[in-house]
Amino acid sequence: MLNNQGRPTSAGEAAAQSHPTFTGNRALIIEEALLFEIGRPETTGVDVPAPKAVKSRLGGQERKAPIGLVGLSEPETMRHFVRLSQKNYGIDTGLFPLGSCTMKHNPRLNEKMARLAGFADIHPLQPQSTVQGALELIEMLAHYLMTLTGTEAVAMSPKAGAHGELCGMMAIKAAIEAKGEGATRRVVLVPDSAHGTNPATAALIGFEVKPVPARADGTVHVKDVKELLGPDVAAIMLTNPNTCGIFEPEIVEIARAMKKAGAYFYCDGANFNAIVGKAKPGDLGIDCMHINLHKTFSTPHGGGGPGAGPVVLSKRLAPFAPVPFIRRKGKKLELVEHAADAGKATPFGRVTAFHGQMGMYVRALAYMLSHGADGMKQASEDAVLSANYIRAGLQDLMSVPFPDHPSMHEALFDDTWLKDTGITTLDFAKAMIDEGYHPMTMYFPLIVHGAMLVEPTESESRASLDLFIMALRDLAMRAKRGETERFAGAPFHAPRRRLDETRAARNPILRWVPPQPMQQAAE
Amino acid sequence: MRYLPLTPDDRAGMLARIGVATVDDLFSDIPADKLLKEPVNLPHHAGELSVERTLGAMAAKNVPASSVPFFVGAGAYKHHVPATVDHLIQRSEFLTSYTPYQPEIAQGTLQYLFEFQTQVALLTGMEVANASMYDGSTGTGEAVLMAHRVTKRRKAVLSGGLHPQYADVVKTLSMMANDAVVAAPADVNGTEDLARLIDNETSCIVVQNPDVFGNIRDLRPLAAAAQAKGVLLIAVFTEALSLGLIESPGAQGADIVVGEGQSIGNGLNFGGPYVGLFAAKQKYVRQMPGRLCGETVDAEGKRGFVLTLSTREQHIRRDKATSNICTNSGLCCLAFTIHMTLLGEKGLRQLAQVNHANAVDLAERLEAVKGVTVLTSAFFNEFTVKLPVNAAEAVEKMAKKGVLAGVPVSRLLPGEGFDDLLIVANTEVNTDEDREAFVNALKGVL
Amino acid sequence: MTTRYTKDHEYIRVEGDVGIVGISDYAQAQLGDVVFVELPDVGKTVAKGGEAAVVESVKAASEVYAPVSGEVVAVNDKLPDSPATVNEDPAGAGWFIKIKLADKAELDGLMSEAEYAEYLKSIA
Repeated sequence: MLNNQGRPTSAGEAAAQSHPTFTGNRALIIEEALLFEIGRPETTGVDVPAPKAVKSRLGGQERKAPIGLVGLSEPETMRHFVRLSQKNYGIDTGLFPLGSCTMKHNPRLNEKMARLAGFADIHPLQPQSTVQGALELIEMLAHYLMTLTGTEAVAMSPKAGAHGELCGMMAIKAAIEAKGEGATRRVVLVPDSAHGTNPATAALIGFEVKPVPARADGTVHVKDVKELLGPDVAAIMLTNPNTCGIFEPEIVEIARAMKKAGAYFYCDGANFNAIVGKAKPGDLGIDCMHINLHKTFSTPHGGGGPGAGPVVLSKRLAPFAPVPFIRRKGKKLELVEHAADAGKATPFGRVTAFHGQMGMYVRALAYMLSHGADGMKQASEDAVLSANYIRAGLQDLMSVPFPDHPSMHEALFDDTWLKDTGITTLDFAKAMIDEGYHPMTMYFPLIVHGAMLVEPTESESRASLDLFIMALRDLAMRAKRGETERFAGAPFHAPRRRLDETRAARNPILRWVPPQPMQQAAE
Repeated sequence: MRYLPLTPDDRAGMLARIGVATVDDLFSDIPADKLLKEPVNLPHHAGELSVERTLGAMAAKNVPASSVPFFVGAGAYKHHVPATVDHLIQRSEFLTSYTPYQPEIAQGTLQYLFEFQTQVALLTGMEVANASMYDGSTGTGEAVLMAHRVTKRRKAVLSGGLHPQYADVVKTLSMMANDAVVAAPADVNGTEDLARLIDNETSCIVVQNPDVFGNIRDLRPLAAAAQAKGVLLIAVFTEALSLGLIESPGAQGADIVVGEGQSIGNGLNFGGPYVGLFAAKQKYVRQMPGRLCGETVDAEGKRGFVLTLSTREQHIRRDKATSNICTNSGLCCLAFTIHMTLLGEKGLRQLAQVNHANAVDLAERLEAVKGVTVLTSAFFNEFTVKLPVNAAEAVEKMAKKGVLAGVPVSRLLPGEGFDDLLIVANTEVNTDEDREAFVNALKGVL
Repeated sequence: MTTRYTKDHEYIRVEGDVGIVGISDYAQAQLGDVVFVELPDVGKTVAKGGEAAVVESVKAASEVYAPVSGEVVAVNDKLPDSPATVNEDPAGAGWFIKIKLADKAELDGLMSEAEYAEYLKSIA
């Protein structure tokens, strides 16, 4: 007798109907409770041996009450975090055109190298004779950074871009004070189009921030800078390529004017990835620039960090670089950790404990060695080419605020083209989510109304760029046709619909608290 | 080049579509004399194997903690990290995601941040915690600035038990921001009287517990003295695991708690990346630096999470922001959260007990060595010993015998007369054999 | 009773020698959902054009500047707990502070209702 029966393999008439599920799950999109709702105080996913029997020496400071933490076994832990991960969009998921953030491919070789025990499992304070290879790596990375930027020195230790900015501005302040001008040079010029970190950094260390207007073509003109220059100006903080994705054409003249006025040029290097191997910021006349290793040199963004922000310095700022730094002593490399050991240099201080983001250095150097001088140049060219290709593919439908300049690594659009549609930049971006794309950077830079900043990076194939362009064209045409519902309610297909940020801010709930017992709630 | 998908044909076609002849036409805003014609003077591209060899050769010149009996601490600690942690943080959706500004497609990151904030708040005994800082030292600098904003005074008092490199970070930041700092002299035995340094301009007292020499302190008297004068108590820790066993800073009256979270879930990494933990009383939340994740609902009423109270931050407030911080330590706080989830209350407490017991065992062995004195009476997993010889030289000699013995105090505080002091840490990774090797190596250099 | 407006979109409604200060309907609409309001202490002296309060929405933060100089004689205690009032009734229950006018002549430099309406048209 037959033990195999045929059965229908098509869905039949009920196929079109979707219905709520008992669990609230939707196939691969699985709802996951908070750790504190599923964990138990007595559960643990590690097997810790029993402690040795000794007489405690805690000085009577033992913790008495329970902490309130909960644990999960290993399989539960795995499932909890895997399910969470499935609610995230990453570069490995799809095109991630987040302007200014440079979401390029993160090579896994870099991860493997950073996990070599000789890098990952060494202590920052173990004897220097036992970490010569680590110092060698930092020195090599420093050499690469100085070569690519055409500068004389680099302070390696800053932990991220904004921290690098702070370090660079501290070096400038120290240099000004060394010249006895600390009391008079108190103004820092910052263009309207700058990243928010620039004015925040300058203000943090006591500078007065004076805005420089951007011209109608999206760039800063040397004439406007000169008008603001005087004996009270300490520095300018200028992003290049700027936040509109344009290379500042008058940057050399601006640098010259700053130097002539006895002031310094801080270059925000957030967009350095556009010109690596194409131009050296040092040749342009800048005094210092931080480099976001997590943007330009592909160390992973990791959902918001960790980053790394080494800052390169000109000859006139180099003596003020903070400790620690590496010095060659015969065949050995030496970490200088104290100002007293700095020789002729006059470090302004220290910006972090230990020596900086070693794990990120290894990844960045692996990227640089892999690409080489030729590959890094090619990567910059491909990033710029891809951004301009997207611009060319969309500019008849979407409005380009600064058409007179080619884009560098990112293409900027404004919301003029959405006028009278009732659809905002935010709505348009949220509709991109339904199409399987991460939105572009929105509402930045501030000088452009409803800004949309698209940065494809060099990591996309032409087919991927073409599909992206077609998807955005389709959305743009629907927007112009007045299909507002598709936009106003978007996203429809993400793990969550639009979230109520007003509610979150009006009544902040910043941690889990145990639900109140029923009777207490009733009182 | 394996990372670049575009082919020469693609490039030619794309240039044609854009309507330019060469790619350098797109770089036309760069002054012609500054545009590089040739690749810079660095080696050309290399395959995986070649890169592995180059970097592997450098790595091989270092002595990893797991390869020797290892007792180095003073702000970073060698602990065992479960395999699950490193596997999970390498999931693409965590590793290659961005700061969760688009919450509909970043609930994974946001939910673990909410869990992280809860774990940190519980561990420190505080009401609220943020979504992490770069590390403990920079977090301490931010805590001082926050205290200045809250109290509208601008002078910080630093304990002599504060990690000297943390103190240097605070001093540098304060000098640059034109704020005052009073640093107490190094306090090896943990007996200083900080309350007497408080005056009407004091905004905060910064005290580390356990301190850099290993002393466990009772913060309550200091908290009371500070509170009486409207001064904030900033409690710092560098060994997060200690909070599994000793009283939380919150319970002792701290206003702001900041510390290094590396011990949970994160490797030594030669000093970074690490993860700064930052917690405070609820009433100060609007003065906190860094990102905060909060609970809300979506358009269908489902619970979800968003970054909130962003108006404190630089991208909105610009020069009036609470801090210039932008990036946090996302992946490192994920590692912390996962490891803490695996440990749970029970595992954390037990791990902390093992650490303490191992350290007591080592202290007892060292006390039996002639000429060696353990100076720290109450400690967690780290203490300071006085040697009859120069500590830095002893450490170098012991390293040659294959034992990494600890941090000479002179490395942190050179020229201050502490040449015979050694800070020794002992965690769950150290075995009886390791401790025996330590004692034997030490005896050999005395 | 007269109401005057500033270019920064604060209004001041004068009742006797006291002015009630808030933000205009246009300003609240521009800000979006107000989530936080920070008010000065009663008794504080403010200068014309100086920072008197802070108002925040989810994505924006703004200082509220004093339209005139004087002493803060009252603040709207209900705002910090129900910031939505600023959106719902900016000219009424959503007021911020009351200032005892130091110099009534300062009002002359401010815009009338009609002038403010013209001003809004000009910046639209």
